Amino acid sequence: MRENRIRVPKEAAAGEIVEVRAMIMHPMETGFNVDDQGAVIPVNIVAEFKCVYDGREVFRARLEPGLSANPLFIFHLRATRTAPVEFLWRDQDGDLTTASATLTVR
Amino acid sequence: MKGAAARPPNRRQVIALGVGGVMLSALPEPVGATQDEVSAAIAKLFGSGAIIDGRVMLEIPKLAETGFSVPVSVSVESPMTEADHVSRIAIFSEQNPRPRIVEAFFSPASGAASLETRIRLSGSQGVVAIAQMSDGSLWRARQEIEVIVGACKPPPARR
Repeated sequence: MRENRIRVPKEAAAGEIVEVRAMIMHPMETGFNVDDQGAVIPVNIVAEFKCVYDGREVFRARLEPGLSANPLFIFHLRATRTAPVEFLWRDQDGDLTTASATLTVR
Repeated sequence: MKGAAARPPNRRQVIALGVGGVMLSALPEPVGATQDEVSAAIAKLFGSGAIIDGRVMLEIPKLAETGFSVPVSVSVESPMTEADHVSRIAIFSEQNPRPRIVEAFFSPASGAASLETRIRLSGSQGVVAIAQMSDGSLWRARQEIEVIVGACKPPPARR
């Protein structure tokens, strides 16, 4: 589990398209950096991110080392009914980080 | 600059020396991808079908002081219905050692085909965004950006 920040609106009207933000604290090591002893730091990245809402995948990404440290995604979803918006990050070793926030649909 | 290489520089020294200082000498300089490698990376994700310029909105700054975290926004106008939606957007670099930067998947539940993120760039170059529609058609946008200090060097103030 890694530190993360998510932003989901508290409320939306049915059918409204809302913006969602998700960021995870992760160095996204490219394999091109060295540590302070001069040794090459191996590639270490978050490999996959996805967001599921109301039982449907609204956004999924495959990440590469070309993304910045603490990778951020801003995307949208279509509000349908009051339900949790669930976020999942999987790193290259399979470790998972999850987060969730409820979107209330009026 | 070489004088400090006898012992590993501490963080303060690295900051003092600035980017491109002593640590760079220890690094294998990353090699940028060739045009063929960029084309191959695109074909690997999207196949060899025709890619048409248009429909994709790609926004990046014209100039970035460093390539460590460059904001990128990609969007495609689409009704995002079952019959007509954007299924995939990918961002490629033309000069980074690895051309593929991110591949994102959308569905009608997304409501809009838009993606904002932050990318690393090794230097001044072209950035390409490709979108695939639910009918399989492929669309492209390309922008050029000037990067003063590339991201393939030790960041000036690593934690």
